[in-house]
Amino acid sequence: MIKHLPVIDVQNISKAFAGKTVVNKLSLQVRRGEIYGFLGPNGSGKTTFLRMLCGLLQPDAGSGVCLGHNLLTEVDQIKHRIGYMAQNFSLYEDLSVRENLDFMARIYAIKSRREVVAQTLERMELIPFAGQLAGTLSGGWKQRLALASCLLHEPELLLLDEPTAGVDPAARRDFWEQIYALTTQGISALISTHYMDEAERCHRVAYLAYGDLLTSGTAAEVIKKSGLITWSASGPGIQDLSERLKQQPGIKQVIPFGNTLHVCGTDGERFAESLRPFIADSSYRWEKIETGLEEVFVSLMSKREGGHSDGDS
Amino acid sequence: MATAKIRFSPCRFWAVVRKEFLQMRRDRVTFAMMLGIPVLQMVLFGYAINADPRHLPTAVLSADNGVFSRRIVAAMQNSSYFQLTRNVDSESAANRLIEIGDVQFVLNIPEQFSRRLMRGERPALLLTADATDPAATSHALAAFKTLTESALAGDLKGPLSHLQLTAAPLEVIVHPQFNPEANTRYNIVPGLMGVVLTMTLVIITALAITRERERGTMENLLSTPVRPLEVMFGKIIPYIIVGYLQMGFILLVSHFIFEVPMAGNLALLLAVSLLFIAANLGVGLTFSTLARNQLQAVQMAFFFFLPSILLSGFMFPFRGMPLWAQRIGEVFPLTHYLRIVRGVLLKGNGLTEIAPNLWPIAIFLFVALSIGLKRFRRTLE
Ligand SMILES: Nc1ncnc2c1ncn2[C@@H]1O[C@H](COP(=O)(O)OP(=O)(O)O)[C@@H](O)[C@H]1O
Ligand SMILES: [Mg+2]
Repeated sequence: MIKHLPVIDVQNISKAFAGKTVVNKLSLQVRRGEIYGFLGPNGSGKTTFLRMLCGLLQPDAGSGVCLGHNLLTEVDQIKHRIGYMAQNFSLYEDLSVRENLDFMARIYAIKSRREVVAQTLERMELIPFAGQLAGTLSGGWKQRLALASCLLHEPELLLLDEPTAGVDPAARRDFWEQIYALTTQGISALISTHYMDEAERCHRVAYLAYGDLLTSGTAAEVIKKSGLITWSASGPGIQDLSERLKQQPGIKQVIPFGNTLHVCGTDGERFAESLRPFIADSSYRWEKIETGLEEVFVSLMSKREGGHSDGDS
Repeated sequence: MATAKIRFSPCRFWAVVRKEFLQMRRDRVTFAMMLGIPVLQMVLFGYAINADPRHLPTAVLSADNGVFSRRIVAAMQNSSYFQLTRNVDSESAANRLIEIGDVQFVLNIPEQFSRRLMRGERPALLLTADATDPAATSHALAAFKTLTESALAGDLKGPLSHLQLTAAPLEVIVHPQFNPEANTRYNIVPGLMGVVLTMTLVIITALAITRERERGTMENLLSTPVRPLEVMFGKIIPYIIVGYLQMGFILLVSHFIFEVPMAGNLALLLAVSLLFIAANLGVGLTFSTLARNQLQAVQMAFFFFLPSILLSGFMFPFRGMPLWAQRIGEVFPLTHYLRIVRGVLLKGNGLTEIAPNLWPIAIFLFVALSIGLKRFRRTLE
């Protein structure tokens, strides 16, 4: 295989359900060995897009190549080389962990099935649960089993749909370690998530809102592109402060983070102008901080909902 | 990837078969249904059939006290089919007894019966039967005619022997009320095989794929290289085996408990049953591609089952139905299968005799499977 080609390269992919556009002319490239984060609010088309990549849905328009195969005509070839983990647990709850893995190994016609299943059980630390019915596993172990089952046939690309939703932090940490280990072996992954800390673990991210790709790139690129400057404020009565700040021109958004506020603006001059009287107020502690992905995504969403375009997208 | 070009993979197919068996074993309700329905049906239908009813309560309305009427009444008692429980003196009283179900039969002996019989006037003897339950009366009715003839045989001697030579010295009029057609037990038990197979196989297969959609496991399955043909046949095979087990059970019970004669070639019956089983599974699979959830799948199966059982000739004699109903009935595999089973088991039919009933099932199977395969979506839309 040609190493430098992107594993996913789609152009203007669209999908509508009953006339409602769910994915709107999406273009996206994922490079080999890359972890690509896929973010966006619920219902923005992440699942639909992932399903189109693995042949579960037929795109209405657009074209694309996945692992060197045409997305529209060579779905069968693609299926052999991807591992898809659906948003909801989609293995058999009435089969045991081992039976599920054995079934998947047979489906992929893996030659040394027994060894592969045994190795996978071991690698994913599933041995103690091997005989247990999958339906009786806890959320974290179900997710681990699902990941294990899509790794059996050594796919080159993982498509993981909210793999860590409803999973405890320790299990999430383990999960990400697994993913890193896999990418060092050259596997690429497209992962949809709601967690900002996970977005920051990705090499690159894309942000999708109701079918539209609002931004994409490395975290640093996305932040730079947004042009946001962020200050944090803490002190007594920040609720009240938040309300007053929102009235000011040049202040794009105020996001509460526990006991602090993250105040963002784009236009340096006007932003500084608006903040000056508040910073002068000694009852609050002000500090200029680095803009994070969360600030960017909130700003992208409000821009979209507000409907006014600032010309940078 | 050379493997991607293989159209049908035995390995993937076998994976589905194995998985289906594992799930079947774990699913208690389905398992109970597969075992329970044949057992229940055999017990329910079989009980009415097996208890070849005797000593049926009978009322006598006699307007004649001659020797021949006494002979006939005595012969009825002796036959053990009839038990004379009442003597009534009016027709309305007799009818009342039948209506409320106190008696199964009323024997009506007309005035001057003995005298007219001796004169060779062939008097009529009326036996009215409550034939609501044909299994209860058919044997007794069949026995009655011969019974009257043999009862009189001893008396019609000497000067009266010329009466024996005439077709029959008296006319027996049997009047089965409420249910003019009477199915016999041999008709029902073989028929039960077709009914049980239809009932369980359509529902179970309709559920098998719908369940995968409903539980979300189809999403995982469709993201793998597995093909519709592998999934469909992989799901069908286990239930074909189940179908044969059910058949075997029914045949054994029919033979050893209900003593249904097995005149024909059993191997032939088992072989052609494959076609019928496959047709039912094809219907089930087609339903599963149409149904959105398991409840709908069951409802569809029921919509198929009901006309099958009503229009096939299992419940009501096929020839008794209006022509349009017969036409519809001809569509259902059960109709033809019933004829095949009865033909092979009771009449000893061979392949040539049953062939006219084979191809309609084959056509049905072909259509059902085509729709099923065409509709089996490889996508989630
Ligand atoms: N099979 C379908 N039929 C109709 N509408 C669908 C279907 N799948 C998804 N949708 C709709 O498409 C939109 C996007 O859904 P989804 O792709 O699941 O978003 P996300 O995964 O980002 O939450 C939602 O409004 C959802 O209701
Ligand atoms: Mg989703």
